[in-house]
This record gives sequence, structure tokens and C-alpha cells, in this order.
Amino acid sequence: MNKPNPKNPLDNCENCPAFSQLEQMGIKTGDFDRIIALAGNPNTGKSTVFNSLTGLNQHTGNWPGKTVSRAEGGYQFNGIKYKLVDLPGTYSLLSASQDEEVARNFILFGHPDCTIVVTDATALERNLNLTIQVMEITEKVVVAVNLMDEAKRKGIEVDTRSLSRDLGVPVVPITARTGEGISTLLTTVADVIEGRTLTKPIHIHGTPEFQQAVESLIPLIEQTAPGVPNPRWIAIRLLDGDPKVQEALKTNQLAQIMREQNQKVDSFSKQISVDGRQ
Amino acid sequence: MADNFDPANVLIKAEQLRNSLSPAFRDDIVQSIYSEAEQIAKRSVRSTSQKSVDFDQRVDQIVTSPIFGLPIMLSLLALIIWITVSGANVVSAWISNILFPIGAWGSQLFTQVGIPWYITGFLWDGIYRAMAWIVAVMLPPMAIFFPSFTLLEDLGYLPRVAFNLDWLYKKAGAHGKQSLTMAMGFGCNAAGIISTRIIDSPRERLIAILTNNFVPCNGRFPTLIMLSTVFVAASFSPVWTSIIAATSVVGVVLIGVIFTLVVSWGLSQTILKGQASAFTLELPPYRRPNVMRILYTSLVDRTIFVLGRALQTAAPAGAAIWLLANINVAGTSLATHTANFLQPFGYALGLDGVILLAYIIAIPANEIVVPTMMMMYLGAGSMVDGPGSNEGIRSLLMNQNGWTMLTAINLMLFALLHNPCGTTILTIYHETKSVKWAVWSVVITLGSAIGVTFITATVARLLGWG
Repeated sequence: MNKPNPKNPLDNCENCPAFSQLEQMGIKTGDFDRIIALAGNPNTGKSTVFNSLTGLNQHTGNWPGKTVSRAEGGYQFNGIKYKLVDLPGTYSLLSASQDEEVARNFILFGHPDCTIVVTDATALERNLNLTIQVMEITEKVVVAVNLMDEAKRKGIEVDTRSLSRDLGVPVVPITARTGEGISTLLTTVADVIEGRTLTKPIHIHGTPEFQQAVESLIPLIEQTAPGVPNPRWIAIRLLDGDPKVQEALKTNQLAQIMREQNQKVDSFSKQISVDGRQ
Repeated sequence: MADNFDPANVLIKAEQLRNSLSPAFRDDIVQSIYSEAEQIAKRSVRSTSQKSVDFDQRVDQIVTSPIFGLPIMLSLLALIIWITVSGANVVSAWISNILFPIGAWGSQLFTQVGIPWYITGFLWDGIYRAMAWIVAVMLPPMAIFFPSFTLLEDLGYLPRVAFNLDWLYKKAGAHGKQSLTMAMGFGCNAAGIISTRIIDSPRERLIAILTNNFVPCNGRFPTLIMLSTVFVAASFSPVWTSIIAATSVVGVVLIGVIFTLVVSWGLSQTILKGQASAFTLELPPYRRPNVMRILYTSLVDRTIFVLGRALQTAAPAGAAIWLLANINVAGTSLATHTANFLQPFGYALGLDGVILLAYIIAIPANEIVVPTMMMMYLGAGSMVDGPGSNEGIRSLLMNQNGWTMLTAINLMLFALLHNPCGTTILTIYHETKSVKWAVWSVVITLGSAIGVTFITATVARLLGWG
């Protein structure tokens, strides 16, 4: 299966040393060492990043909402096998529409080793709202600033160093359509996962009273649902009165939701979405 | 304390804490996220020019204008369908000129070697011929339609369609994003139904699910194209054939859109009562489509997938048709018995028994309706002509099997409105998790199909036409 693949920009750089370590594994995600989630606003090119890493053909389209369910694929980099999960694009993780639930359930309960937040360089401010919300849930975040070519055309410059300093996580500029920056992204993600790069994301703290309320709820949640990832986030959602989280806690479903996240996407939706029939 | 392990206590505690906080604490959090994002963005983003933003806006002023918006949309649809119709005819003829002689040669070879007639017939006249029909009729329109449509999608045109049509859906009590899900339905209704997840309101999502089938999918397009070319456009001079054929296919699509709106309105007045909800729709910047990628995904991936699915159902269907046509009971074949039994009902709808039988056999996949029907008309093994010649098909149907213009038009209407294919019904069940709604989707569509064809047939006959 080594014949050149015209659809895939990466193949143009097959002989480039940085890429010699990348092996696209398609849907063969049977045994993998690390899990990576791809999150981001709608229409920022998550599926394009997904395709260029896995060699799959998740369908892409220039409109918000193209990806409606989770798609999974795999790649191997420097001898480590990664499973990549493409999540539906969302503007926030706070309300409870179906696609937002898919995204946040996976980031929280799917135990991704790293979450890549794909952002649009031409609309960075709006994209950062979601980035900050993702960083509330998980520490291991890499921000990929996509569509750098489009930004350049529009005369927009993004200072990724300053962005990285402010956010407390690595920021990589990429152009997923052409494959530019993808190899740096791979290395950065690997560094974050293996602890070679430490992340210290900023958090929104709120008022001191709010902080106190959160702190007093955390031990209760840890006792009720032992082993739950990020009780702090659950505490915030409970204070907010999030009906889905309340329901999940009340009916003891947290454990079940956690288990579901690590199962394979069921074959039905896999056939339609991973193989990309949308 | 053991009581702490009860989740209910955690919820009560959370509620107490929530009430102790200032009422605006939620807004405070959202506000601080937004202001943080704003400050960070301000520090790291520098904008040096404005010019290409203006370009997108200028295009949008025309494409989404109240005057030009709809005409541009209709012209683009007509253009894509015209390219599909005119290209598909040529390619279909090429393919059938290759595949059908192979079938004749294979069957001859088998006979010469001395293989019994029933094995030869079953394999070559049944299974092989059904599959050859599928490839010849299905492949060309798909291979042209999918890439052209994906081109518009990658360009960023689809959200503009939703924008232009929003007022219509609002009037029907449905969601403006429903037009996006309908656009996906052109490719495949099952995919269209999955794409309704972008609609947040459960009520409006159900409306979009139940009406998605009124968009003719790629499995049904070939039927419409063949009937328009062979019947509607036949009386015009050859120069006009493809234009007239394309226009009548566009007309059928528009009837489908009207049905979608009327049924959506009906649903939101009755079993799915409610108001259309407000939503924001982002108009993304226009992007240059990646042509190589589009060709790859729509040809290798999508076309081959749909064709493969069609072939999988065509093989057993071809076998079934051959058996029905060759097992005789009381001197006549089973196929004739069944078709005769369905004939009165078919006649009332302006169709005939064979067409209804073809639709029953084609429930798993609509793609095989035309091949099934043609094979039954052609009988078992007497004629091996493929879909290469329009005159051949017209004479077979009109002169030998009693078709009229009414039959052709009613079959187009029936193809547009009838029940979803097996895969789509299953998808509706998966997405709604309810047998009730899956049944409703069949009732609504089949009811519309039967009602409309019955009315047109009756009216046409009263006027002494057909």
C-alpha cells in the first residue's frame, strides 16, 4: 500500500525526514498506545487535520456542522501508535445540544492523553472561548492555529508565541490543507503526552465565593463517584445546574459514560462517518 | 458519613451552594471567559489589511440578495443537473455497449460448453444482467453529480442556500438548517438524516428527519433522469433533449421541495406542534475547493461505495427476478402471476403491476428499481439489449407494455415521494430510537406517493388523457 496517494498532501513530502516517522494507519486502531481528541469550533478544519494524519477520508465540507458524530482513526509516529478521535465542532461546551455532549463527554471521560484544539486563525478570539473551556476540563492541550494561509491572505498575523505564553499550552501554526506545520504538531503532541513539555493552562477562577463553593463540592463528588476524572469540572457544572451532569450523577451513569467513551464507535455510525459517507 | 455517598445529597448540597451565590454568577463566568479570550486575542493577533474580507461580503451581497439569491440558486441546481443528464447519457451508452455484449458472449459460451440452461440463465440472464444494468444506469450520473455537488459544498455555498431559504422554513414551522440536511439528502437520505443532528430543537429535527426522503437521493436520480430523457424530452429535437430533460428533473426536485415544506407545515400544525426556533448560522468564508481531493472522495470513496451497495442488492434481486420469471405455475410464470395480482392497484395509480412488483423487490435499495422493472419487461433471456438506446427503451415500454406519458410522469412522482429504502428506515430508527417515528416516515411518504399518483391518474383519465 505504498503507492502515491494524490488526495493526501503529506505524500508530497514522503521523503522529508520529519515525515519518515509518520505512518498513517487508517481505521486499524485495534491496539494503540495513546489517545488524542480533536476538538474545535465548527468549520475550522478538524476533519482535514484528521484526514492528513490518518490517511482516512472523513468527508469535509466548507460549512459548520459537517461532522456530526465521533470518527476514529490511527497513526504511528516515532514508533508510538496513536488513536485520533475527530469530535463534532462546537462553539462551547456549556450548553447541552447533542454534538456538544458528544464532544465534552469524550474530552472528560474518554481519558484522551492529549486534546488538540483546532482553531481558525482568521477568527481567533471566538475560537479561544472554546479553547479556554476545553482547558477547564483537561490540562493536556495543544492548540493548533489552522488556516494560516487564509489569514495571511486576509492580512492577519498571529503571534503564536505570545498566544502560547498567555494560554499556558503549546501553540502550533498549521495549514492543514497543504500539510504545513503538521510535523511540528505531531512532535509537540508527543512531547506533551510524554511529559517533555509541561502544560499549565490558565483557568477562569470566578469570585472567591464561587471558588469556595467549588472547593466544598469536590470532596463530595470524589466520595460519590470515585475515580471520576476532573471532579472540579463536575462541581462547576453542578453549581451551574447542568441537567445532563445532574442526571448522570443521580442515576450513577458517570461510570457507564466513562466506559462508553473507551468503546469503539458502534459499527453503524462507523460505517457512515468514519468511512466518510456524509 | 455514609450519607455522603448518596448522589442526591451531592445535588442538594450543590443547590444550596448555588442559592448562596450571587444570582449573576453564571453570567460572570461566561463573561470572564469572553473577556479573557478577547484580551489574549488582542495581544496575539494583528490585522494589516481589510481587502479580502470585502471580497466575501461583495459576493454575499449578490448571492444572498433577495432579488438574485433564489434565481442564482436555481440556476446552479439546474446547471449541475444538466451536466449530469447530458454527460450520463453518453457514458451510459458506452458502458452498456461493453457490458451487455459480454453478457451475451458469456451466456453463449456456457450454452456451447453444455451447461444446463437453468444455470446459464440464472447466472447470466439473472445475476449478471441485473448487475450490468446497475453499473450502466447508476454509475454515470453518480460519477458526475457527486463531484459537482461537493465542489459547491467545499466552496462554502451551502450555508448561503440555508440563508436564502430560511424564511420559507420559518413559515412552515421548521428549522432553517433543514435545507442543509436536504442538501445532504441529495447524496443519500440516510446521510441526510444523520446530518439532522445539527438541528438542536428535537421537534424541528424530527420534522427534518420525516421529510428528508422527499429529496431524491442518488439512488433515485437515475430513474428520474432516464424517464425524463426517454419520455418527456423525446418529442423535442435532439439539440434540446438534454436541456428539456434537465428542466423536468429540476421540476421534480422542486415538487419535492414543495412537498417538504407543505408536509413540514402540516406536521408542525398537528403531531409536532410548535414555533420555529431562532438560530444563528455562520456564513463561512469562501474557500478554494481542493479539486483533487474532491475527485478522490466523491469518485473512489462515495460513488464506489454506493455502487457497491447497489450491486450487493442487485445480485440477489437479479436472481429472484430470474426465478420469478422462470418458475411456472399453471402455465404462467410467478412474475406474471404477481404482476397480474398487483395490476388493478397499479392501474389506479397510473402505473402497472410490474412497476409495483419492482418497488417491492427494491425495498432494500431504491437503486435497483429501474433494472428490476426493465428485466421483468424484457422477460427471461429473449432480449439482451441494455440501456444504450433511448428509442429501444421507449418502444419496449410504450409499444410492447402499454406505457403512456401518464405512466412515465406518475412513475417519476412515485419515485420522488415513495417510502425510504431499508437503510434509511433503519437510520431513522437509530436516530430517533423509536419504532413509531420510523413507521410514521413510511406512512407519510408512501401516503403522499399513493395519494398524488392516484389523483393525477384519475384527473388525467377524466380528461381523456392517458
